[in-house]
Amino acid sequence: MNALATRFNAIFGADMAGPFAALAAVLIVFGLASPQFFTAATFGSVAFQLPELGILTLAMLLPILTGGLNLAITFTANMAGLTLAWVLQANGGADAGPGAFLLGSLLALGVGAASGLVMGLVIAFTRAHPILVSLSMMIFLRGLGEFLTRGGDISGFPGFIAPIGHGSLLGIPVPLLILIACVLACHVLLSRSKLGFSTYMIGSNIESARYSGINTRKVLVLVYMLSGAIAAVAGIIMLARFNSVRIGHGESYLLITVLACFLGGINPFGGFGRVLPVFVALVVLQLLSSGLNLLGANQHLATAVWGILLIVVMVLRWASAKFIKLTK
Amino acid sequence: MDMTTAPGEDARPILSLRNINMTFGGVRALKNVSFEVMPGEVHCLAGENGSGKSTLIKVITGVYRPAAGAEIVFDGAAVSSMTPGIAQSLGIQVIWQDLALFPEMTVAENIAFQTLSGARPRFVRYPAIRKIAEDALARLGVTLDVDRPLKDFAIAQRQIVAIARALVGEARIVFMDEPTASLTQSETDHLLAIVHTLSASGVAVVFVSHRLAEVLEISSRLTVLRDGALVGVYPVEGMTQSRITELMTGRTFDQSVRAHDISRNPVVLSVQGLSRPGEFRDISFELRRGETLGITGLLGSGRTELALTLFGMRQPAAGTITLEGKAVRFASNRQAIAAGVAYLSEDRLALGLNQPQSIADNLVMASLNRILSGRLISPTKKRALVSRWIADLGVKIGQQEDAISTLSGGNQQRVAIAKWLATDPKVLILDSPTVGVDVGARAGIFEIVARLAEAGLAIILISDEVPEVYFNADRVLHMEKGRMAGWHDPRATTLKDIEAAVYA
Repeated sequence: MNALATRFNAIFGADMAGPFAALAAVLIVFGLASPQFFTAATFGSVAFQLPELGILTLAMLLPILTGGLNLAITFTANMAGLTLAWVLQANGGADAGPGAFLLGSLLALGVGAASGLVMGLVIAFTRAHPILVSLSMMIFLRGLGEFLTRGGDISGFPGFIAPIGHGSLLGIPVPLLILIACVLACHVLLSRSKLGFSTYMIGSNIESARYSGINTRKVLVLVYMLSGAIAAVAGIIMLARFNSVRIGHGESYLLITVLACFLGGINPFGGFGRVLPVFVALVVLQLLSSGLNLLGANQHLATAVWGILLIVVMVLRWASAKFIKLTK
Repeated sequence: MDMTTAPGEDARPILSLRNINMTFGGVRALKNVSFEVMPGEVHCLAGENGSGKSTLIKVITGVYRPAAGAEIVFDGAAVSSMTPGIAQSLGIQVIWQDLALFPEMTVAENIAFQTLSGARPRFVRYPAIRKIAEDALARLGVTLDVDRPLKDFAIAQRQIVAIARALVGEARIVFMDEPTASLTQSETDHLLAIVHTLSASGVAVVFVSHRLAEVLEISSRLTVLRDGALVGVYPVEGMTQSRITELMTGRTFDQSVRAHDISRNPVVLSVQGLSRPGEFRDISFELRRGETLGITGLLGSGRTELALTLFGMRQPAAGTITLEGKAVRFASNRQAIAAGVAYLSEDRLALGLNQPQSIADNLVMASLNRILSGRLISPTKKRALVSRWIADLGVKIGQQEDAISTLSGGNQQRVAIAKWLATDPKVLILDSPTVGVDVGARAGIFEIVARLAEAGLAIILISDEVPEVYFNADRVLHMEKGRMAGWHDPRATTLKDIEAAVYA
């Protein structure tokens, strides 16, 4: 048993144990409870619903690792979506060509990065608390978005965009592919790049990082810019999935992303945590919600179950830490 | 309470501790220590940094809970579990080196602080506060303007305010943590007079210090700790400074001066007229290849500020810095590091190392560019670099991935030095490298320093412990209030002379 644990830790890392255990538990419980759980339909619905939440979670993860937070991710995503929508509309709406889509997407990413740039600059130079800074950005973007759209939707996009939200490539949903690409990119960034290394160091002690010659301001600005750009990717996917953009889309995801990071073992104060356990944690959350749906449970009840799960995880973590201490 | 009890055979101790054991993460900070204070006596608790003095005080004041079996008896009554609240109500007061005062509040508010705190909301009555403060100061024979904010006063006066505050708390024992560390000779004399007054009124005073000359004059007994264990309790009468040092370090004083002639080596760093308002003024010196330049001086002498300026974290207002013949102006420490200047911070816990992170990450933190392959960090190169330095500096570790906080102070400091050596510096500034390092591990740190100097590195060694710079540096610069107060050559002067100059 011990040898098995050691092998597991060597391959996946010790922080994967919790999320994998939760994954196994969810699969077993729902597999027994519902004969329809292990069907393509379940996993199809998970595969299409997961990416938005997943990519937004990545956008939340990076600032959390620096000891901060980005509360503006959903509105940044939709502001980026609106940017793309306006570019498409200006170029013929449903008749717009791929060139307009490409330009619009680039501008959308730019808008996302710009939102991050402003937050990053304020946080890095004034040392204002990231919660307040990103909260201000969130309110600004919401107000601006509602003003520009008069609170309504923008819809009517060319047909070739739909596959980004609904299509499959070799049997794998396109949004899931985009999510996996983002997860891998973030994984490499955090585990192997100088920026990633500095992100962790800043998260656990920004002053010691500065004394070691890490350009802490530059790192903070880049991290928030990346966070904004990743949120923009989520915005583009949401546009394609709903075939419309509204500034308030996916608002309820915001706090779920924080919880997914926590469930994936990210230290809420920064400095520690990896992308892959967070990815598994996201799959668990989505399976849980789809499974409950399958059992005919109310959608709101599913949300409540997420909350219970997180509380249980906190208690279990405390208990296992205590157990490890005792056995040492 | 009998106010006139003099320490003697038949007197009962006001405080007595037995079987005190304390362990932090596998390190035994206190081993079976016992300690006794008589009413009204002036007692000296001596030991080097890391000997367990502070830990013992924290046990006495209930901040730390000792291991089972400990006995604490106060005024004849056993205290089963000490807490800060109980300690305070018994009249045990500590004046920490940082004084723990409120600089923005007035002297009166600082002194009467304890009467102000409480759970129930009440109106603050300023006339009463002023009266309490003035009475407490009068007991010490001092007059201060109690309505002025504390920040207007010098450190010596702030210390008096801290003592007055202890008196308001009906003190029966006052611990003073390194009370003379930042005082001039006349201020120290004044403090000792006040201690006399306290002791005469029946309050026991315990000096916690590793610099004893002045304290010895008025103490009656001496307790010495070394490496967390009790060495012994001695009457001060007949004690000499060197005997105490011997007791504290556990070895006879056989250290020899390492200084050698480096005047023919090429100059690496040259500083001319360097100034920063409010920090230091008109600093000029040359640092040569293979030289260890010692800088010493009291708190507030501007040593660390000067080091941070050389390291590019602050910019000089006037003067020039020349590195290997080229004038440099660093906009940030990144430029300084790239040019070959490294700075080991005096604050290893907060600034020098990233305590929660791993040994490996801490070691490579300043030299990431050396372990890249392409644009990514190479785990193989990282591992190799860390292994090399761990072996080279003899750091004792478990796994490279262990948090650096799991290491002892001495091993942490070796990693911190390795971090800077990995940047391939030309000038290495060591700011108080033995703070929080066990007595036994200090010699090891200085052996590394000597080896580095021999290999040609130019080193600036900053320390407020004069013996450290005296024995380990080629030249000693004494700084005082931001100015150069004098040069000393360890081969031509005695330790005593330099100490006399620095602590004057």
